[in-house]
Amino acid sequence: MTVESTAARKPRRSAGAKSTAGKRTTAKNAPNAEPELVQLLTPEGERVKSTEYDKYVVGVTPEDLRGLYRDMVLTRRFDAEATALQRQGELGLWASLLGQEAAQIGSGRALRDDDYVFPTYREHGVAWCRGVDPTNLLGMFRGVNNGGWDPNGNNFHLYTIVIGSQTLHATGYAMGITKDGADSAVIAYFGDGASSQGDVAESFTFSAVYNAPVVFFCQNNQWAISEPTEKQTRVPLYQRAQGFGFPGVRVDGNDVLACLAVTRWALERARSGEGPTLVEAYTYRMGAHTTSDDPTKYRADEEREAWEAKDPILRLRRYLEVSNHADEGFFAELETESEALGKRVREAVRAMPDPDHFAIFENVYADGHALVDEERAQFAAYQASFADAEGGK
Amino acid sequence: MAAEKMALAKAINESLRRALETDPKVLIMGEDVGKLGGVFRVTDGLQKDFGESRVIDTPLAESGIVGTAIGLALRGYRPVVEIQFDGFVFPAYDQIVTQLAKMHARSLGKVKMPVVVRIPYGGGIGAVEHHSESPESLFAHVSGLKVVSPSNASDAYWMMQQAIQSDDPVIFFEPKRRYWDKGEVNAEAIPGPLHKARVVRTGTDLTLAAYGPMVKLCQEVADAAAEEGKSLEILDLRSISPLDFDAIQASVERTRRLVVVHEAPVFFGSGAEIAARITERCFYHLEAPVLRVGGYHAPYPPARLEDEYLPGLDRVLDAVDRALAY
Repeated sequence: MTVESTAARKPRRSAGAKSTAGKRTTAKNAPNAEPELVQLLTPEGERVKSTEYDKYVVGVTPEDLRGLYRDMVLTRRFDAEATALQRQGELGLWASLLGQEAAQIGSGRALRDDDYVFPTYREHGVAWCRGVDPTNLLGMFRGVNNGGWDPNGNNFHLYTIVIGSQTLHATGYAMGITKDGADSAVIAYFGDGASSQGDVAESFTFSAVYNAPVVFFCQNNQWAISEPTEKQTRVPLYQRAQGFGFPGVRVDGNDVLACLAVTRWALERARSGEGPTLVEAYTYRMGAHTTSDDPTKYRADEEREAWEAKDPILRLRRYLEVSNHADEGFFAELETESEALGKRVREAVRAMPDPDHFAIFENVYADGHALVDEERAQFAAYQASFADAEGGK
Repeated sequence: MAAEKMALAKAINESLRRALETDPKVLIMGEDVGKLGGVFRVTDGLQKDFGESRVIDTPLAESGIVGTAIGLALRGYRPVVEIQFDGFVFPAYDQIVTQLAKMHARSLGKVKMPVVVRIPYGGGIGAVEHHSESPESLFAHVSGLKVVSPSNASDAYWMMQQAIQSDDPVIFFEPKRRYWDKGEVNAEAIPGPLHKARVVRTGTDLTLAAYGPMVKLCQEVADAAAEEGKSLEILDLRSISPLDFDAIQASVERTRRLVVVHEAPVFFGSGAEIAARITERCFYHLEAPVLRVGGYHAPYPPARLEDEYLPGLDRVLDAVDRALAY
């Protein structure tokens, strides 16, 4: 059974419609203008028809929809647990994805195993989709490592903290795919703040010039720490692509189905040799930038409340309920699974050992380095001097 | 190609050619490296023979060059990227320092970064601003990077082979004023280790330690000093990170005096690190403090002043005299 449009009436204006780039007025070109975006599910949970994008979700079954819902719920639960663990002193920092679940799960579930992902440091939902164990994401936030998974294990690169750097790595990787004659694709995640970085502009240039199979997935969550998107751009971000010579589209980032459809479209373009695409997922960072941040200093509660009405999980639940694609048993079972995940993550973090002191000197070089060897030996002798002193007592 | 006399630039060209021939994963990337063969013609003819897919003319964006090279390395390639001139590396400095240098460590050894960054460096060619600098210390200070600089054609050939084979990122500083100096290259030789210094000339009174473009100058200094009856030993350090302190120590234990020569500014230059460590290692052998000759703490000057700024024969001889006077 496939998912049919159940919207009997026209979507309300605020619910938006499909992208109609090129027909905009100047006022609508403001970065914070009420966006016209690709939307398949309204905040009320109504399915909206899209002549352009319905075909990319035509095979999505109710089971798939329940899967997307489960992904979002578990990701949110994991995220909440990580925030709590930071408050309890178990993590040094946490960058919450609260509010961005649909953008991440929708795009993440559009990928094939042989595609490659270049995340920022907030793509916990995408990591989930790639099969990276959530507890492995927490090592760097606990301070036991700077990246606790094998990037090639799940084709999910390490988190990148320097803003925008990974978009160039993604482009280079995609250039390599072309050289190899493969038909896989790369997706590069970044945010509205990163869109100002030179590396992002250079990655647009390189990917366009070499027609690299890369999808630039920008989660515009409206805030780069304290700076609103107007401090980064005068035009809607997806329009940036036009100047580089490839298409850009704005999608409702809180609509998991639309994010799935649009990302599939962009990946298909990449695979078929049509080059890069920019997807701007219009969403909202419902929480703080990180646990060190205080959003009350720079934004009003009303703004968050308005976005809560567009919550990505809530709207899919409404749709699942209205269309009888999920029953109470499903939601109850998911609740149990969710709590179990929280418990597992909590226990794993608390049991996470501190690294061995000598880890400082490990993997600095692949082929070794005389100075590192010398300093490791000095460190060992220094450490041993305490043991000697204690032994001598 | 058996033993053959060739210019240093040609030696690098031949080395790149050999790498392209022997390893299909090797790529050449940079501005103007294709049809033009690079502004110094180091990559001359390579695109013609290996195609645009392997010898890649890139957009004019240094961060993009290094950043995409990192991505290509993640995909299994071994990119050799050219930064056109020393002073233009800084847009790529972020990618080199925060990404390239740290990727192996932060992946807990899962990811290797076999990327060579070629940088023609140094002065003495009468160039305009930003074309004559020696920023090697800025890279040697960064763990995760290896930094080397050949002084002659044979080393240029072999050190490039070894840099490309290295699974670590290597910053390869090419002494641009020596590009046209000819030397014997034996492509069938068995090269020594990449990061070992070489005694260019033995002596008994004082050691001159240098690398890249300053090795030739030190040979001229040693010739001039010999006329005055002074016997100078010359060490070609070849590698700046790691530095072969064992070789410097062994030499200084014989000569008891050390002068380090580089074009880079003396302040926080590689000579400072050498002086500190050799003082630690050879405190009771030294008859004089370790002296340094190099650039001043001033912007690289306009070309008509560069002879005053760069270490020259007389300035190095002056330092030699001062060291011998202790």
